[in-house]
Amino acid sequence: MTSTAVVARRLAVGYGGRAVLSGIDAYLKAGGSTALVGSNGSGKSTLLKTLAGLLPPVSGALEIMGGAVTEMSHKVAYLSQFHPNGFVLPLCAVDVVRMARYDQRGRWARRSQTDDAIVAESMDMMKISNLGDIPLRDLSGGQQQRVYLAQVLARRAGLLLLDEPTAGLDAPGRAAYMEAMVFERERGAAIVTATHDVAEASTCDRVLLVAGRIVADGPPAIVMTPENLLETFGIGLTKVGDHLVVTEHHHDH
Amino acid sequence: MIDPFLNNGFMQRALFAGILVSLTCAVVGTYVVLRGMAFIGDALAHGVLPGVAMATILGLPTMLGAAVGAVVMIGGVGLITARSKLSNDTAIGLLFIGLLALGVVLVSSSDSLTGDLEAILFGQFLGVDATDLLVQTIALLAVCAISLYSARPFLLLCFDIDLVRTMGYKAQWYHRLMLLMIAATVVVSFQTVGSLLVFGMLLAPAGVGALLARRIGSMMLWAAGTGVLSTYFGLLASYHFSWAAGASVVLTAVAIFFLTLVFVSVRKSLTLVSA
Repeated sequence: MTSTAVVARRLAVGYGGRAVLSGIDAYLKAGGSTALVGSNGSGKSTLLKTLAGLLPPVSGALEIMGGAVTEMSHKVAYLSQFHPNGFVLPLCAVDVVRMARYDQRGRWARRSQTDDAIVAESMDMMKISNLGDIPLRDLSGGQQQRVYLAQVLARRAGLLLLDEPTAGLDAPGRAAYMEAMVFERERGAAIVTATHDVAEASTCDRVLLVAGRIVADGPPAIVMTPENLLETFGIGLTKVGDHLVVTEHHHDH
Repeated sequence: MIDPFLNNGFMQRALFAGILVSLTCAVVGTYVVLRGMAFIGDALAHGVLPGVAMATILGLPTMLGAAVGAVVMIGGVGLITARSKLSNDTAIGLLFIGLLALGVVLVSSSDSLTGDLEAILFGQFLGVDATDLLVQTIALLAVCAISLYSARPFLLLCFDIDLVRTMGYKAQWYHRLMLLMIAATVVVSFQTVGSLLVFGMLLAPAGVGALLARRIGSMMLWAAGTGVLSTYFGLLASYHFSWAAGASVVLTAVAIFFLTLVFVSVRKSLTLVSA
């Protein structure tokens, strides 16, 4: 596995040639974790989609796992915020996780023992081994989110791009997720997470505060200052333990 | 129950054709239902009308005209969405109604076509010949081959198009292949069940499968079983009550869907009560 997961130089990301987040200079190493923190519409999800190769960069240079982003998308596991078809498909939970192994086999090859072991391990990490034969549409939102996370884990990818991964998870689900992320980092995967969850961001070794540009970039303890959070969210916030407390509203004068 | 099919060549061919249509529609309809492509399926089923009408006027094979109509529909939707910010369903709706209107204009302007309109819309179940059966068999084999070859990317497409891309599959290519499969099914099936009713055979049996199945393979099997049963009992009703054959078959399929819906709802309620 290459030691560099992402290299971005003067990167701008957006839709239809219009940048929503620009000025990104980032070097993410294997085994590292980065949290993207910002308000709605700040460009977090757009950046994740660009890193996943789902959107072309508006400008700048981007390298994923030592290659062009279009050639390396198969080394990336991407968790979307939305799964519009999840409730329609006649699929059991284990089928959804097994999909993660499709690109490890040829078009016709059957599942290998390794595939089955990885699928079982991923479901075990997210504590959903007992839900394997239950149709996805019969699971609760939080259980479905665990299935989607298990699918991401089963990719055994070099770069994990997770958009609001803890949305809908209960406390045991969050604990399982946190443990799984430790496992992924020890395995050498780099993780980039878009989140509003301060506790989750604090567990990462790097935080990027974004608001159409990079407001601050560095370790969470240094970056998440009231001044930076005011600039990022437009309201005064102070980190107290695992929570952000509103201290003042931003005034544009 | 089986007498009408024993010594009547028309009924035998109709049954065989209906089974072939059912099996083809079971495979393709599963993807139509799972990907929420009912509107494009409906639009294709109606959009072939001007092509068929024009082919009839020019004395060309109607299937060729239907194929041209389907290509215009798919190409037009792609063109409108690429050149404008209009959504897919707006593009489909515009072409759907435009092509349907063109078809009606063509039919109404030709005295010789007026009688054919009913056959185009509702099919000629009892009029299928050996050539129709051969074409329908080839279509079924082609659809099965494409579905087997593309099983994994098709399943991923139904689940999440982003996952298709990050897995290294060409999402647009497989999307177009799926559209082509739907178009081919409509084109070869319209002669049997008609351009209006083929849409019912795409949706109703696959809808039954969606209600009952826990896996996509079993959804296709439920859909195939529903389609074959609908064909048999629909033709039987048509024979005994002198109903239009295509409409009887589709009506049976839709009735099975609603019966299944009631069954599933009651079963769910009983499960909740016992829990």
